[in-house]
Amino acid sequence: MQIQDRVEQVDDLDRYVYHGRIDIPNSYSAGTVGSHFLTELRDKKIFLGMKCEKCNVVYVPPRSTCKYCFAKMDDSWVEVADKGTLLTYTVNFAPTAAQPAESPIIYGIVQLDGATTGFVHMLGEVDLEDLRIGMRLQAVFKPERDASILAVKYFKPLK
Amino acid sequence: MAERVGIVAVAQTKYSPDRADAHEGELAYEAIKQVLDETGLKYGHDGESIDSAVTCSQDFWDGRTIANLNVNPYVGAHLSHEVKVAEDGVNAVYVAMAEVMGGHHKASIVVAHAKESMTSFRLAENAGLDAIWLRQLGLDNWSAAALQAKRYMHKYGITPEQCAQVVVKNRKNAKNNPFAQEPMDLTVEDVLGSPIVSTPLRQLDFKPHSDGAVAMILCGETLAKKITPKPIWILGASNCYETHYLGDRDLAEADALIKAAAKAYKMAGISDPGKELDLAEISEPVSYQELLWMEGLGFCGRGEGGRFIETGTTQMGGKIPVNPSGGTLAGNPDGVAGMARVAEAVLQLRNEAGARQVPGAKVALAHGVTGVCGQLQAVMILGNS
Ligand SMILES: [Zn+2]
Repeated sequence: MQIQDRVEQVDDLDRYVYHGRIDIPNSYSAGTVGSHFLTELRDKKIFLGMKCEKCNVVYVPPRSTCKYCFAKMDDSWVEVADKGTLLTYTVNFAPTAAQPAESPIIYGIVQLDGATTGFVHMLGEVDLEDLRIGMRLQAVFKPERDASILAVKYFKPLK
Repeated sequence: MAERVGIVAVAQTKYSPDRADAHEGELAYEAIKQVLDETGLKYGHDGESIDSAVTCSQDFWDGRTIANLNVNPYVGAHLSHEVKVAEDGVNAVYVAMAEVMGGHHKASIVVAHAKESMTSFRLAENAGLDAIWLRQLGLDNWSAAALQAKRYMHKYGITPEQCAQVVVKNRKNAKNNPFAQEPMDLTVEDVLGSPIVSTPLRQLDFKPHSDGAVAMILCGETLAKKITPKPIWILGASNCYETHYLGDRDLAEADALIKAAAKAYKMAGISDPGKELDLAEISEPVSYQELLWMEGLGFCGRGEGGRFIETGTTQMGGKIPVNPSGGTLAGNPDGVAGMARVAEAVLQLRNEAGARQVPGAKVALAHGVTGVCGQLQAVMILGNS
């Protein structure tokens, strides 16, 4: 951790600001259910959902308990489509170092066919004028094998 | 039956884009000192002194894992009781209320502070998102709010002009608030002409980055009446939490707020908020949120927020003025914002709100929000009799 990248005198009263950054590696577990989804996404390019039979809700990304009835549902896997419908979107013109694609980055929430929930991701290969809520989209995968949400490059209009 | 809980003093700093001159504790103490001086209260365990501190801060905003570290020595937490709330300030007031109501503490001082100037704010917001499913996409509160705005506007036909009216109203109201950071005379055209940030939202749809602090003191009815002739009572309080993952929710609906409001209204004995409330202070870090939250609070029906603001009902002089202070849009730090709403409601109910006073205000609502797209909603109803 650096705590003194740069010292700045902020006014003529000899008051200082110390510019620094906290640089601490962290490790985040995807968990059993999340890891299985990510493995299948990487190896088979398929999207798996988790279904609560009681509530008839299909969660994508999957999770191990249902948010409505709190039941454990860690083996009721269902495959959903790699195609879906756009629920909302934004074209973001304010880049940050955290954004994984060139600005303007397009974010969207896509309801994959067969899923109850929306899947949050990016859109690509689309003219900004053609963006519409309700448009049909298809997942485009990165060529590299990657067990992460970024194994999907983005969603593009379904031709 | 527990004693009613009263707020006996409130204080705010002036909100500012960059208080580089002040250490967080010094900033917080500007508000703390005022409530201590006003009430004459000391710290102690004699039953008539402050015996608890509730602080409210966000570690990431302060760039350390213990954001209360630099504030605690200034809030009387030395060798005393302290609890930190890392959510919106309304929840900090709620915790202090519960402490006093339960009888475990006699008087609680609450302080919220944040200096957004201390961090790269959007990167800190990004780091607040789930690491596996959202953070890697580079989302932050701006882009997430834009996803919500688009969904809401599409579903209910809310227009950019209606959202802009929120900005125009609140920035104008802020001219009457000496604590406001950025009062402005704006037109709808000014808002719609400001640079696009993330469609459909523009620069003036967002609150500016802000530094500031709020403090208040809460105690039970008996002690409150000894301290001040004008205690303000917490009549109702509740909060409700919504799923974090944005795809799990219909972002066009304020479901968590509907539940939080219902519980707070029930506790306060309110059945028709539009008639029974004299004013509301609503946390709206982004323009469209005031419209959506008004729906959640039951001031109008679902999807009617846009048409509702056009009626002028929520202007100063209207039937239920919303954000006489200028709200969060005129500049409040995240986390501090909801407590600023409570402080403003208290000033109104004490008839001490100066040029922004709603004449004869008796019952007011304060609302706070934490997290991405209104994930955690908090409602507090306050009254002066
Ligand atoms: Zn279920």
